[in-house]
Amino acid sequence: MAVASDVPKESFRLSMLIYDTRYRSITIQVFVLVLFGLFLAWLLNNTAQNLATRGKEFNFGFLWSRAGYDIGQALIPYSNDSNHFRALLVGLINTLVVAILGCIFATILGVIVGVLRLSKNWLVGRLMTVYVEMFRNVPLLLWILLSYVILSETTPQPRDFRITDEMAAAGTEPAASMMFFDTVAVTNRGTNIPAPLFDVSLGSVDLGFITLNLTILAYILVIAGSVWVNRRILAGARAQQEATGDRPVTWWKSILVLFGPVIALSVALGLHLEIPELKGFNFAGGILVAHSFTALLIALTLYTAAFIAEIVRAGILAINRGQSEAAFALGLRPGRTMNLIILPQALRVIIPPLISQYLNLTKNTSLGIAVSYLDLRGTLGGITLNQTGRELECMLLMMLIYLTISLIISALMNLYNKTVQIKAR
Amino acid sequence: MADTSFVRDQMLPPQAPPVSEAGVVKWLRENLFSGWFNTFLTLLGVLVIYWLLAASLPWWLNSVWTAESLSQCRDIVAATAGEGATGACWAMIRERWHQFIFGFYPPDAYWRPVTAFGLLFAAMAPVLFAGNRRSLTAILGAVGLFLLVTLGLTGAPVAAWVLGLGLVAGLAAVAQVQPAKLLWFTAVFPALCFWLLWGGSVWTPVVAMLGFVVMGGVYLALVGRSGPTTAALAGVFLALLWWLFVDVPVTRTVDGVLPLGLAPVASDQFGGFLLAITIGVTAITFSLPIGILLALGRQSDMLIVKTLCVGFIEFIRGVPLITLLFTASLLLQYFLPPNTNFDIILRVIILVTLFAAAYLAEVIRGGLAALPRGQYEAADALGLDYWRAQRLIILPQALKISIPAIVSTFIGLFKDTTLVAFVGLMDPLKGVTQIVRADINWKGIYWEPYIFVGAIFFVICFGMSRYSMYLERKLKTDHR
Repeated sequence: MAVASDVPKESFRLSMLIYDTRYRSITIQVFVLVLFGLFLAWLLNNTAQNLATRGKEFNFGFLWSRAGYDIGQALIPYSNDSNHFRALLVGLINTLVVAILGCIFATILGVIVGVLRLSKNWLVGRLMTVYVEMFRNVPLLLWILLSYVILSETTPQPRDFRITDEMAAAGTEPAASMMFFDTVAVTNRGTNIPAPLFDVSLGSVDLGFITLNLTILAYILVIAGSVWVNRRILAGARAQQEATGDRPVTWWKSILVLFGPVIALSVALGLHLEIPELKGFNFAGGILVAHSFTALLIALTLYTAAFIAEIVRAGILAINRGQSEAAFALGLRPGRTMNLIILPQALRVIIPPLISQYLNLTKNTSLGIAVSYLDLRGTLGGITLNQTGRELECMLLMMLIYLTISLIISALMNLYNKTVQIKAR
Repeated sequence: MADTSFVRDQMLPPQAPPVSEAGVVKWLRENLFSGWFNTFLTLLGVLVIYWLLAASLPWWLNSVWTAESLSQCRDIVAATAGEGATGACWAMIRERWHQFIFGFYPPDAYWRPVTAFGLLFAAMAPVLFAGNRRSLTAILGAVGLFLLVTLGLTGAPVAAWVLGLGLVAGLAAVAQVQPAKLLWFTAVFPALCFWLLWGGSVWTPVVAMLGFVVMGGVYLALVGRSGPTTAALAGVFLALLWWLFVDVPVTRTVDGVLPLGLAPVASDQFGGFLLAITIGVTAITFSLPIGILLALGRQSDMLIVKTLCVGFIEFIRGVPLITLLFTASLLLQYFLPPNTNFDIILRVIILVTLFAAAYLAEVIRGGLAALPRGQYEAADALGLDYWRAQRLIILPQALKISIPAIVSTFIGLFKDTTLVAFVGLMDPLKGVTQIVRADINWKGIYWEPYIFVGAIFFVICFGMSRYSMYLERKLKTDHR
């Protein structure tokens, strides 16, 4: 007679903490947690001791004291009388400007190169391969330094642009001339570009720590409004297409809605360009873009574009050949096949690695320190740190800000990724 | 009426294809001129190439190799190629190449990094070409040849010849008999390399390596009696005791009895590619195991382990490497006990290793996630414990999937070694180039140093990516 009996009840023994799989993971986790806690306590203890021996304390009060240094490229009002926090903001904006422009240009260039590398044209394909391999296998720092050196050492001095009376009489050309219909001058001191000026100023509103320029606000509102109206027009056209099968012609409406209001606003405000002119020993008027900015932007764009090109190429190659064959069978032309069939599908493969390239580019802007571009790293982590001697606070704050930027970018791009991915799977 | 119908009873000889459908013309038509847009692109490409060549070819052809200064270079170019001609001034490289390669390393000790570099390949070969006797022999032969040439060029002492060539000959002999045993050389190599580069008493690395012997010995002695976990813990514990308390006195005693060593070289004398390769190779070696552990931790079921790993990985990936390097140079003095100070190169290596490990962890996690669920279940069904399952089933496949991404992380790491310039080390790009460009003789030179440094980086990084392609092909098991 078989008697079913329960598993003999074991009393708990200490060794079961290691050898029983039911408890082992808890043991390990508690052990890890204790170790981590001890490590953290050790770090904090050391830091407190070190701060005490140096007679320093941990607070961020220094941010409100006078900075006392100048920043060449300040997009918000800043002078050396402003405080360190203001300098931090200027640096942060400089970082973001390079990062955003770099992402835009690198994406455009990268997509073009990636598509061209797949082109049936042998010569163009090879040229693009050379470009991609060349930029991917050489450090970014080299491209930054090289473009900076080339910009600042091979470009003419401002006085080379001068046309003296003898030259005019003899009919000879000056050593250097301006580009783009005499509007842009590249000298060894920087690039002079025209500045947009307005006859009518809408003024600005002071919101405490930040001043709001109403002109820019007006432009943003008008552009947002036209984009919204344009989307309504397109949605209406799509609805009509769904209902009747005929798509009404909308391109002239789109152009009118998108560009009309902006042009009208510009005319109303009296927009004109202030073209830089050679006055004395230097160019006056317009905006002087420092070479550190230009070099950083060029290098980041070229370097990141090489990586984006590879991502785009891999994304297009990942699409089944049957898709393009089906499109051809439907009678779609190659251009429309690319736009309507291949790219929308390739986008799903492309976007996740593209996000990490954008993150890389943003983090790489910190290399601007090599050419003395005063970004976040140059202001908060450079001059402010050296002036105040607060390494701990500055570095922690800087890491926190970079971390926040990274997290925001990846959150935004992941949001976009969700809208592109196939919904039902 | 004659019958005019005609039936051919012989085959016509085949006609030659039309000119446009054969040979070069066909290729040209298909690949370069298949439509107006392609033709336009081709012409554009030809224009670009022509423009590049027109701008750079005279510059390359007029290269000057012997001169004292940049102005002398320009004079020579003007004298030989006419006024207004451009020419490269490679004389700068000829005069300063040793700084680009070695930094301020003492010139009479150049044989040491050179030997270490040669032996590096001998140490890597058993890992890269596991068990392949022919490749191993070929590489060892190449290393021997390399040492023969470079030791001669750097004027190495006799002891160096004996050490380097004797080692290579011994390894070659082992490779013929038991290629797998060469891995022991790989294990010992870090200590040997450290001793060659930094110098000092030979007993420092030897006694430090003895700590690993202690660890292994304790493990082997205890593993039969009390299981692997306890044995491993005891081994690590005793080894730590060895390094903390026994290491220094033993080293001092042995060194007193039998002083044997090389002249010590300080870390601030390192520079150029010596520095880049030292940091790069060390960080690559150590980041892979740490990255694997982090990836496994992130996939783990244990919540606390997982949270810690995710936090670490996301923090490291969220901040630029420069800020971490500054942490190494500025903040470690706050985080470490008062009055501890250790070598800046070591600090940088640790931070770069952790940085690369976080990226590798993400890459390897991708590989782990790409494995079909069935592989994990099959390993469980076989009754393998966690570590055996990972070692025998999961990791070999996951790592194989992620080889391309791992290698591109390595390439990124090697390129990032140039960033150590920002913490005052003399990397080949910013450090050495700046020194050269600050020299009154070479002021205003810019293409040549950057091309030289860039070319070396290109060769190394391109070589790595080609090797990853080879490995991918070799390990490919699907039949596509």
